[in-house]
Amino acid sequence: MRPVLYVATFMAVMALAFWAYRENYATQRALRNVTDLQREITALREALSIQNAEWAYLNRPDRLRDLTALNYDRLGLLPLEPEQFGQVDQTAYPPSTFPAGMLAVSDAVDVGGTQGTLP
Amino acid sequence: MTRTPLRPLARILSARLKGENPDKIERENLRLRHEATRDKARARAEVRLLFLGLAFFAAFSLIGTRMGMLAASEPEEAQVRASGAPILAQRGDITDRNGRVLATNLQTYALYAQPKDMVDPARVAREVAAIFPDMIEADLHRRLTDGRSFMWLRRVLSPEQMQRVHDIGDPGLLFGPREMRLYPNGTLAAHVLGGASFGAEGVQSAEVIGTAGIEKAMDARLRDPGQAGTPLTLSLDLTIQATIEEVLSTGMQMMNAKGAAAILMDVHTGEIVSLASLPTFDPNNRPSLPVSGDPGDSPLFNRAVQGVYELGSTYKIFAVAQAMELGLVNPSTMFDVTPPLRMGRFKINEFEGKNYGPLLSVSDIITKSSNVGTGRIALLIGGVRQKAFLTALGLLDASPIEVVEARTGKPLIPKRWPEIVTITAAYGQGISSSPMNLAAAYATIANGGTSVKPTLLHSETRQQGPRVMSAATAKAAVTMLRRVVTDGTASLGDVPGYFVAGKTGTADKPKKGGGYYDDKVINTFASIFPANDPAYVLIVTLDEPIETSGDEPRRTAGWTSVPVAAEIIRRTAPLLGLRPEVEAIPLDRLTAVSN
Repeated sequence: MRPVLYVATFMAVMALAFWAYRENYATQRALRNVTDLQREITALREALSIQNAEWAYLNRPDRLRDLTALNYDRLGLLPLEPEQFGQVDQTAYPPSTFPAGMLAVSDAVDVGGTQGTLP
Repeated sequence: MTRTPLRPLARILSARLKGENPDKIERENLRLRHEATRDKARARAEVRLLFLGLAFFAAFSLIGTRMGMLAASEPEEAQVRASGAPILAQRGDITDRNGRVLATNLQTYALYAQPKDMVDPARVAREVAAIFPDMIEADLHRRLTDGRSFMWLRRVLSPEQMQRVHDIGDPGLLFGPREMRLYPNGTLAAHVLGGASFGAEGVQSAEVIGTAGIEKAMDARLRDPGQAGTPLTLSLDLTIQATIEEVLSTGMQMMNAKGAAAILMDVHTGEIVSLASLPTFDPNNRPSLPVSGDPGDSPLFNRAVQGVYELGSTYKIFAVAQAMELGLVNPSTMFDVTPPLRMGRFKINEFEGKNYGPLLSVSDIITKSSNVGTGRIALLIGGVRQKAFLTALGLLDASPIEVVEARTGKPLIPKRWPEIVTITAAYGQGISSSPMNLAAAYATIANGGTSVKPTLLHSETRQQGPRVMSAATAKAAVTMLRRVVTDGTASLGDVPGYFVAGKTGTADKPKKGGGYYDDKVINTFASIFPANDPAYVLIVTLDEPIETSGDEPRRTAGWTSVPVAAEIIRRTAPLLGLRPEVEAIPLDRLTAVSN
């Protein structure tokens, strides 16, 4: 009985040693992978911050203003002015036929004059 | 194991034969047995002690070795973290209320030299001077060869410059990573943002510190590593800020002014939607402080916050509002306004020697901007109560706004408060405050009488400040201000659909040595819109404007600041989402919007 126990213990120790050896290398591999990923994340974040900065730079209001002036023939963009506000009844009605599968909005209303009494 | 008997029969018998006591044999044997047991136990204990000692030795040597290794090795960042902790910028971004970037960081490099490692200093000096035009070759060569071992060459490099320095290929030229503060919108909102520069510099990094504006005022928040990932959201709106700066700049040129400021403030939340001061500067390339001349003429000077001016007749509404609050007058109380109003050796006259007399109602005193009438109302109130009221409106203390310059914009108030000060303060002379103070005071009126603290930080919640005047008084004051635009001095300020209410102020500029200039004025228009449901306060101030379209130059606010303010309201109100009410819409009207 006893020799069997010894052999079993020895085998178990060997198995555990093998497992620990493999785990050790797997951990090292995972760590290397994490380092690589973090380096990649850092690089991507850096790129993202540069692109965000560039996006903000390209969308700065004075550049957009110049661009709308340059492309006025094509775009016809003008600053928003009070005259451009209208009533809902000034717009054309939506088409009465709806594509299949879409529900028609029925009896929609616009409520006017809710901004308080005039002085 | 064989057990020896304590009383072996052979020895007992022979002992009995000899007449000895057999118990002695038993005791002797017992003693021997005890000794044997003791020796065995001691041996076992010795082995155990040895084993324990070895174990302790091994444990202590393990700990000692580990400590030695830790002490001797280079410190290293822990590689395994609970989360993939992001590598964040060291300084938080600043965005406007809609998340558009106002200030961010850019990864760049600094250039430094280690002349000891340099192969050919003469060539390096020549080629580096060719890349950076502001460097002088001879000077650079002298510094590279005078025996120093380290030298900064450039704080930040563009990628092109960095490539050209790489191409020189000298091992003595090295790069250190840097984080640079970038303001992508250039001069836009420059006075709010202020600027940033490098603090302590090392080869591997440099700290970025705020030098002015909100960058300095909120420096601790922006540098807090815990909040580096969340941008600081300001109350500014980039589109509206750009529009106001554009209109204000055009207006400043048309009115031949040397400076201008505008503040647009939400009266409920206290948020500053726009703050402009002209002339302006580029925070990316912040100019140095002027060493000579008037600091107020520098583009760095924030006229909206630091510019402490006598704001003139815009103050009149405060005296009238207080008198109504105290129950001394109502809008139709009549006053004798025949000039001059005498007070000791002083004589108070109307603007340009006009005479609105003999009698004027309180409402008309505001509409026509009568100094004499306001002076009489102020005398009814008295200096002590007047000072307390102005303090409650925040006009006598530095504005709490979050830019570092606000501390230097402390209002100038007279040391003593005799009756003549009571009169002049009522119409805004002899007492100076910044346009920001004025904006907060007007916001208090527009907000229904509870005080509003101006802030540059985005917040959606309505401020619940202490009540300064009753809602009825505030409403009556707004109605009077509306009449200034419809019937009074600010008739050019009416914007169809937005019911602008406001008060003009034309104040002579004080001379350095005392007295006032005849031909230099500060023109202010403080407005509230829309008057039926006040939502915003707009202050427009022009410095030394002259309107020259007529026969003779005009210097009153009604001709200079008011049209500029009207254009600003016309352009920004739609952007603020305010719908113009051009015609009376019947209440609770329903319109079918589908067929």
